[in-house]
Amino acid sequence: MAKPLTRPHPRTRAGASARKADYGYVAFLLPGIVLFLAVIVVPLLMNIGISFTRWSGVGTPEWIGFDNYDRLLHDTNFWISFRNISFIILAMAVLPTLLGLFLAAVLFDYVAKRIGPRTASVFRSGLYLPQVLPVAVTGIVWGWILHPSYGALNSILDRVGLGALAQNWLGDPAYALLSVMAVMVWFQLGYPVVMFMAGLQRVDPELYEAADLDGAGWFQRFTRIAVHQIRPEIYVVLVTTTIAALKIFGQIFVLTRGGPGNATLVPSYFAYQNFFEKADAGYGSAIATVLTAIIVVLTYLFLRIQTRDERLEGS
Amino acid sequence: MVAATTARRGRPGRLTASTVLIGLTVLTLLVLAPFLVVALNAVKAPAEYAANGPLSLPGELYLRGIVDFWFRVDFGQKLWNSFLISATVAVGAVVISVLNAYAIGIGRMRGRLAFLMFFLLANLLPQEALVYPLYYLSKQVGLYNSRIAVIIIFTAIQAAFGTYLLSSVFRDFPRQLLEAAAMDGAGKWRVLWKVVVPTSWPTLSVLFTFFFIWTWNEFFLPLIFLISNDKQTVPVALGVLQGDRMMDATTTSASALLGIVPAVLFFLIFQRTLTRGVLAGAVK
Repeated sequence: MAKPLTRPHPRTRAGASARKADYGYVAFLLPGIVLFLAVIVVPLLMNIGISFTRWSGVGTPEWIGFDNYDRLLHDTNFWISFRNISFIILAMAVLPTLLGLFLAAVLFDYVAKRIGPRTASVFRSGLYLPQVLPVAVTGIVWGWILHPSYGALNSILDRVGLGALAQNWLGDPAYALLSVMAVMVWFQLGYPVVMFMAGLQRVDPELYEAADLDGAGWFQRFTRIAVHQIRPEIYVVLVTTTIAALKIFGQIFVLTRGGPGNATLVPSYFAYQNFFEKADAGYGSAIATVLTAIIVVLTYLFLRIQTRDERLEGS
Repeated sequence: MVAATTARRGRPGRLTASTVLIGLTVLTLLVLAPFLVVALNAVKAPAEYAANGPLSLPGELYLRGIVDFWFRVDFGQKLWNSFLISATVAVGAVVISVLNAYAIGIGRMRGRLAFLMFFLLANLLPQEALVYPLYYLSKQVGLYNSRIAVIIIFTAIQAAFGTYLLSSVFRDFPRQLLEAAAMDGAGKWRVLWKVVVPTSWPTLSVLFTFFFIWTWNEFFLPLIFLISNDKQTVPVALGVLQGDRMMDATTTSASALLGIVPAVLFFLIFQRTLTRGVLAGAVK
């Protein structure tokens, strides 16, 4: 309901707001600015500051310059945590993206068209379910299934006569990282499927018809047209899942606590150990700062590629 | 000729269709298998588990494991803590996101791109880079081991994402609506609450849903900040019990089921909003 015009506005707003920055809006930013300063900006700067000190968390931090970073470079645990994280990225970003592309294409192109969209969406929901659960809870589920003595997997293998294949899945350094990787593929798969199925809806069917006339097979059509058209979704999925992999903590905490030894140690858990178990806040901050720097660079590259792509497509 | 081609196409078509369906069903069942195994063993007596293993159907519905676990960890309290924290964060973060996005998207603040970069990064930052100073500061101001600390922190983290998303949405807000309201003499506050918020309600409800579920599922910061039993959230309570000597197969299943049920309920209740949100390009 429009209010009656009691007080005609002296000038049209359009010209004023389009050209000049309107400082009346600054007031709306104030609560947000205060909150972000207190929770994000100040702690982040403090963390960088602490990384140049030796500090147990109490007393006065002692300035030691780049010593913590120097120590990082010579710390095998640090390098191993990054080696492990590259495997986790494979399991959380690369494999789910590839599998997700294939599954989304089958579901969208084949199941939805020949069998029915409802069937396709049932499969999609089933694959997506692990994504909605708290990671700590999925960790508990798998921690139990993979448990060497009372776990379901070994017990099932035993019962079907494959007891020889039973392993200490999370406790044996040879299998721990592979087991974690398998769990992560399971956890992550639904996300790319949902994203790519949404993206495929944008593909112009005429492109497909043209390809059919040219005699392109299903696979050719898929790689040449569909993958090309949903490139934005592929970027988003790859970048968000890679960043999620770099930050992985909950699953590692619940499944292996970085062990056995350092077989599944990841940077975030390594930082946590230094902060809260070894009371070495300076060193923990240095690890966290390196991790942050990597994520900032990745985000920046992603935004650049994304904006360049949008400009090329003229939108 | 025509008949021959359709016949030739028809049969392999049906064959592939069933192959594809069987393949997808097996895969989806594999993905869902852990949940089925958990549900099966959460309602099984320990003696029966010992005798028949994890795949046997329970002879009778045994709920003692679930009930015992519920009372042992005071699960009702954990549910309430999780709900209180997630709901407060979701409301607070939506409000802050709207205020920020109103200034950046509709007010067309200078340096919009820098703001957006900042908010995106604030949301993507590893929490490890904030945790120690936050831990230290919260101890200084007496907020350590309080739900308020967790609420404030997550309101900021979720609002960072909300601001990033909403600013782009508000940028495309129909200018005529704003101008019409301004012609009627409405101030900026009135325009926000009477025009912008009602018009963008669907987007705001998607954001609310996401913030609620994301906060519910958080583990790392609540693990650090909520150390006393009566303040812990569901994931933290379950996570720290892992490896406890009291946890045998059926108790673990019972605890996992208690963690799964609320999340699946949210999933079913919010599925429409959630799918729409994911499709809108809101990502995590």
